[in-house]
Parts: sequence; structure tokens; C-alpha cells
Amino acid sequence: MNVKKEFPLLKSKVVYLDSAATAQKPKVVIDSVKSFYETSNANVHRGMYDLGEKATDLYESSRTNVANFIGAGTTEIVFVKNATEAINLVANSWGFVNVKKGDKILLTELEHHSNIVPWQLLAKCVGAKLLYVPITKDGELDKKEFSKLIKQKPKLFAVTHVSNVLGTINPVKKFIAEAHKNKVLVLVDASQSVPRTKIDVKNINCDFLVFTGHKAFGPMGVGVLYAKKDLLENMPPFLGGGSMIKQVHLQESTFADVPARFEAGTPNVAGAVGLAKAIDWLQEKGMGNIQQHEKELTKYARKKLKEEKAIKLYGSENNAGVISFNLGDMHAHDVAAVLNEENICVRAGHHCAMPLMNKLGVPATVRVSFGPYNSKDDVDKLMSAIQRAKKVFRL
Amino acid sequence: MMEQLYQEVILDYYRNPRNKGHLDNPQIKACDVNDSCGDEITIEATEKNGKMSEIKFSGQGCAISQSAASMLTEYVQGKSVENIAKLNKEEVLKLLNIPVSGMRLKCALLGFKVLKLGIIEYLGGKNGSSS
Repeated sequence: MNVKKEFPLLKSKVVYLDSAATAQKPKVVIDSVKSFYETSNANVHRGMYDLGEKATDLYESSRTNVANFIGAGTTEIVFVKNATEAINLVANSWGFVNVKKGDKILLTELEHHSNIVPWQLLAKCVGAKLLYVPITKDGELDKKEFSKLIKQKPKLFAVTHVSNVLGTINPVKKFIAEAHKNKVLVLVDASQSVPRTKIDVKNINCDFLVFTGHKAFGPMGVGVLYAKKDLLENMPPFLGGGSMIKQVHLQESTFADVPARFEAGTPNVAGAVGLAKAIDWLQEKGMGNIQQHEKELTKYARKKLKEEKAIKLYGSENNAGVISFNLGDMHAHDVAAVLNEENICVRAGHHCAMPLMNKLGVPATVRVSFGPYNSKDDVDKLMSAIQRAKKVFRL
Repeated sequence: MMEQLYQEVILDYYRNPRNKGHLDNPQIKACDVNDSCGDEITIEATEKNGKMSEIKFSGQGCAISQSAASMLTEYVQGKSVENIAKLNKEEVLKLLNIPVSGMRLKCALLGFKVLKLGIIEYLGGKNGSSS
């Protein structure tokens, strides 16, 4: 792939290997946000003037774009701030209606804190219990344990599509089929997979799917909740305020139809416009091409890292562009500090997945994650910086 | 720059930490976590005749935070608790003698922050109970 030149930030000398934290933005996305503010800025669903209508059209056509991209209906798409907000929305709205004392919610040991903490808050409030699908030593979800746990009939199974720490790709379609056989609803956190995998929500048949825009080359501050229409229509509001109402009286209000019922207040219109442009960009480059490119890079990098004796790699070859490792007896932060001196941006720490770190038996890892703008040259630079780190740490 | 930061002595204290462990009945005990990176330090100590008689640290984190905490425990052992309470961060950084700045300052000073916390609490409790 030869797309690096489309990313203004990457014209500097940084070697950006942290796309799992946030992706860099192509110029077309940056321009679309700028252009919205310069030519179309007005509040949506309000102004009785052409400019307001233009902004509303842009916002709603962005929604249609997102819906088409993941195979959803337009009214099944709610714009939120990020994946975290989307999960909190489901936990607070659907959760408080459907999860009662003694009920169970099934999660996995691979989850990001954003798919753990909202469920803990709900469980604590209503007296429900959280169960976890364990991982095997390769960092894959234990399918036998999943089959046992799902028979306990939790109210919901919430699972990440791709692990943000190990890159593990979970077979969500199979999980969902088995969950549905047991009458369990499924929420998929697709934050890491949407930028690199073609997702069709009707095909995998998930009940809820969430993702954040900024990891998919869109702006920060915009994310998406997909929920099956019959579920969404029966959910009470999450946040109250303007835009989400039909009529407001002094003591009570009636609420708007979906998806507006879940979009209180002025939304991030420029963010939605930018996200829609990012989706256009992804489709133009080809999801298959991006996936293939990242797969090759991951394979190349894992091979190089494996050759280095001082490195301990985590996770398996079943991987979507994310690699976690440690160098000798050094803490990940020390390693990242030396890599930073060589202009290499990697993430070091617990990656918002402390339960997974405990399972791996380490406080932190160094994480390298790829985007379509990375090349083998970046991997080679990483490897020579690791040589430098070995020298600094006398390894 | 990195060579000066990760000089031999720092790596030695990281790999062979002095005073690492726990005390059975510490009079002084405090712990803290660096929010931005997750490094943790716990300090446990006992006082005898106004002096810090035993001191241990435990925790996990980067080489800078762990070695700095270890060096600090060696430095304060046997010194008057009241004087330790008056230590300032410049003195601690001088003790470490490494070029830390920016984000890494928090790492280098985490152990000092915890020690100070423990001593203030301890002295406060002592004064409170005697009055």
C-alpha cells in the first residue's frame, strides 16, 4: 500500500506504531471537517433556513453512510462520542430494564476496560453477577469454557471482536449463533476491527455493535452504536435534553423516535461528517487490501521480533495488526522511552486491560500496532531501535 | 541521553533492589499509584528513638521509579524522621543524580511522594494522640 503520503502528520519523521490507540487521519478527512465548519456549520434539526438544512442533510447522510458500511438500517445507527459511551448507553438503558438481581452478564478476559467497567457499575446497582470467558495460553478465548458459561443463560454476552492488546481475532459469528441458541443477546465491541475488517451486522447477527470513529481514521469525539431496531425502539432514553424529545411538560416528557431518542443535545456533526469521509476513504482503498497489508506487516514484525532472544512475545499468529511484547527484564515504559528517542511511537502499559495483564502475569507490555500507512521499513526501524534499547539496558 | 538516564547504578538498583520487601508491623505505611503510567510503590517503616530504624519498599513499575525508591530507602535509613519529613524534591533528585525531566520526573519522585505521605500521616497521628 502506498498511502502514507495522504497523511499530513506522517510527513514528519515519526514512525507511528500506535494505530490501536488512535489512527492517523488522511488529509481528505481533515479537509472534510474543516470544510464543514467553513461552509455548512449550523445546528442540526432546528434552523428554518437553508444552512441549517444543509448541516442536517450532511449529518443524516453521514448516518446513512455508516449504516451502509456495516450493513445496518439507518435508524439502527446512533451517533455517540466513542465506544465507551455506546457501551454505557446500552448498560444504562437496556441494562437497567433487562438485568435484574441474580442475573448474569458474560464478558471475556480480553476486554478493554470500556467493556468491563460499565457492566460492573450496572451489576453493582442491580445485584447482578459478572462471568468471564477465560483465555488460553495463546491468548485465544477458551471456546469450551464459553460453551459452558453461555448455558448459564446470562442476559448478555459482551465481547470484543479484536483484542486491543494481543490482536486476537475472535470468531464472533460462531459465538453469536451459540449465544442465540441459548437466548442470550450479544454486544460486539468492534473498535479494533472496523478499521480493518468488513463487518456486516446482519450476517454476524449481533444484537448490539459499538465502535469509535478515531481508530477508523475519523475524528476524535464521534462513535457509533448499532442496535437491532426492535431492541432500540424498546429502550428508554440514556441522556435527557434537547433533540431527544417529542414534547416537554413541566412534570414529564415524551420522547423522540429512534435514533434521535438517544442523541440528546447538539451532536458532533463535524465528527460524523469526518467519520463518513473516513469510511469513503477506507472503501476506496479496499478493506481487503488494508487487511492484507497489515497481515503481511504483522507476520514480518512477529518473525523479526521472534529472532530476537531478549524479546518475549504475547498472543498468537491469529492476529489483526497488534503485537505485544516485553524486552528482557525491563519494564515496558523504559523500553518505550528509548524507542521514543528514535522517534518511534509505541504504547507501553496495561492498555486499559488490567485483568488481561494479570492473566499474562505482567504489569505492562510494549504494544506495536499497524495501520495502512506503515511499511516494512517502519518495522526495520523498530528493530534497530530495539538493538539500541538492548545496549542502553545492558541486555 | 538514554545512556545517562539508564546508567549502571540505576540498572543495578532496578535489578538488585535494596530494601525491597515488607515489614511485619510497620508504624509508617503508605502507597500510591502514578495515574499516568500505573507504577506503584508501597513504603513500610518503623521509628525508634526518633530515627527511621527499618524501611522497606515494594511495588512495580519502570526502572526509574523502582530504583529511585530503593535508593531513597537506603538514604533515609537511620536518619531522624523529623529531618526526613523536611526533605525536598531537589535533594532527592540530587541523590539520584540522573537527568530526569518531564514525564519521567513523576517516576523518579514516586517513592519520595509515598515516603512523605507515610511520614506526614505518622507524625500527624502521633501529635494528634499526644494532645
